[in-house]
Amino acid sequence: MSKEVLNGVTTGTDRVKRGMAEMQKGGVIMDVVNAEQAKVAEEAGAVAVMALERVPADIRAAGGVARMADPTVVEEVMNAVSIPVMAKARIGHFVEARLLEAMGVDYIDESEVLTPADDLFHIDKSQFTVPFVCGARDLGEALRRIGEGASMIRTKGEPGTGNIVEAVRHMRKMQSQIRQVQSMSRDELMAEAKKIGAPYELLLQVHETGKLPVVNFAAGGVATPADAALMMQLGADGVFVGSGIFKSENPAKFAKAIVEATTHYEDYELIAELSKGLGGAMPGIEISNLTPADRMQERGW
Amino acid sequence: MKIGVLALQGAVREHVRMLEQAGAEAVTVKRKQDLEDLDGLVIPGGESTTISKLMHKYDLMEPIRELGKSGFPIFGTCAGLILLAERIEESDVSHLGLMDITVRRNAFGRQRESFEARLNVKGVAEDFEAVFIRAPYISEAGEGVDVLSAIGDRMVIVQQGHLLGAAFHPELTEDPRLHAHFVEMAKQARQAQTV
Repeated sequence: MSKEVLNGVTTGTDRVKRGMAEMQKGGVIMDVVNAEQAKVAEEAGAVAVMALERVPADIRAAGGVARMADPTVVEEVMNAVSIPVMAKARIGHFVEARLLEAMGVDYIDESEVLTPADDLFHIDKSQFTVPFVCGARDLGEALRRIGEGASMIRTKGEPGTGNIVEAVRHMRKMQSQIRQVQSMSRDELMAEAKKIGAPYELLLQVHETGKLPVVNFAAGGVATPADAALMMQLGADGVFVGSGIFKSENPAKFAKAIVEATTHYEDYELIAELSKGLGGAMPGIEISNLTPADRMQERGW
Repeated sequence: MKIGVLALQGAVREHVRMLEQAGAEAVTVKRKQDLEDLDGLVIPGGESTTISKLMHKYDLMEPIRELGKSGFPIFGTCAGLILLAERIEESDVSHLGLMDITVRRNAFGRQRESFEARLNVKGVAEDFEAVFIRAPYISEAGEGVDVLSAIGDRMVIVQQGHLLGAAFHPELTEDPRLHAHFVEMAKQARQAQTV
């Protein structure tokens, strides 16, 4: 929510919240669980870190209810680095989000990686001064989240699997739907809005501009420099890497290589060079081996 | 005028769009060889630590510094301003170190303190809409530095001859006047060279 704090000086506007995500473009946002990892990420050239108690692969392994991180962890990370710090709140848990805002977190991820707190409603993000990022699997879901006030979108993918297939599916779907909407005639838009469950005004904007009104990152399964470059070529504005860095054999090397591959995503010789001698990537999970209850991407709507 | 936009990370396409609106040809710069035949360079907003690391890694720091020392026009916004500064508060390092200024990083606070304001930018616009995102400000400026605008005693846009640095993001608005000012600086630098 925007607020005039001084004569002519306004905080929390859409432009300020969305602009923050614009500044992250072409960059890599890394999951970290303590100050030491945060420093490794910053040193590697991450544009932001996501402060968590556990990376998604460990959340999967631990089972039970996954909640907002202990504020001590978030604070430790905030004190360790000068780059922006993000943190996750459960879907619909606006009190967790308010706590993170009060602590001065720079961006909140209303995330399906945590156990949803509300099975019907997402947070009304327009009421916050801090910006939000939300996951989406298709254009309708992305525009519903933007309608609620999200300032940044990311693919959901399938978190903590080290398997890129779901992020690819979601990014391709979104890009393909954007192209379809762009080429529709104006009188087809209301029916399309109804069909994909998108707010009409936002769909109209996509029709006119040929892009989402906010930045769209890739997330959920990025494990190698080549994965990051693949997502950039499919139209991602940047990349979130969750478990892919600190579950690999050599986190510092992986982190640097993924940052450089994201910048130079069309330079194959370079990415081949970056990929040499990295050691093992995080162990992956085949998606068909997940039970329906293990699939995080179906959380939220 | 052919202006480059450093495209390692950050708000690149917004600058390209604004430069085109200001009547220039805009190209992206990722490698050293992309710097050839340019009349000026924009260093965009983004994360200054990330951009600086990639500039070192891909041998862009030294060539851009040399260009800047030889009168080549450079416009830095937000992270770009930090890269241009000779001195950074609470830090022993500087990056390009071309402008005789001291900057303070994240000086207005964290993201929730980010804001919009209307600025009177000397010689450019009386009502410029400026978007500040985790922005720095300029706390000290040397004698050869012209202060174009300030909020209280916090300088937010300065010019030192052929170098221009802004703490805010003119590329996030629809107002190309500041980019037009920079394109004009590039024209003058080119004329000075050919005379």
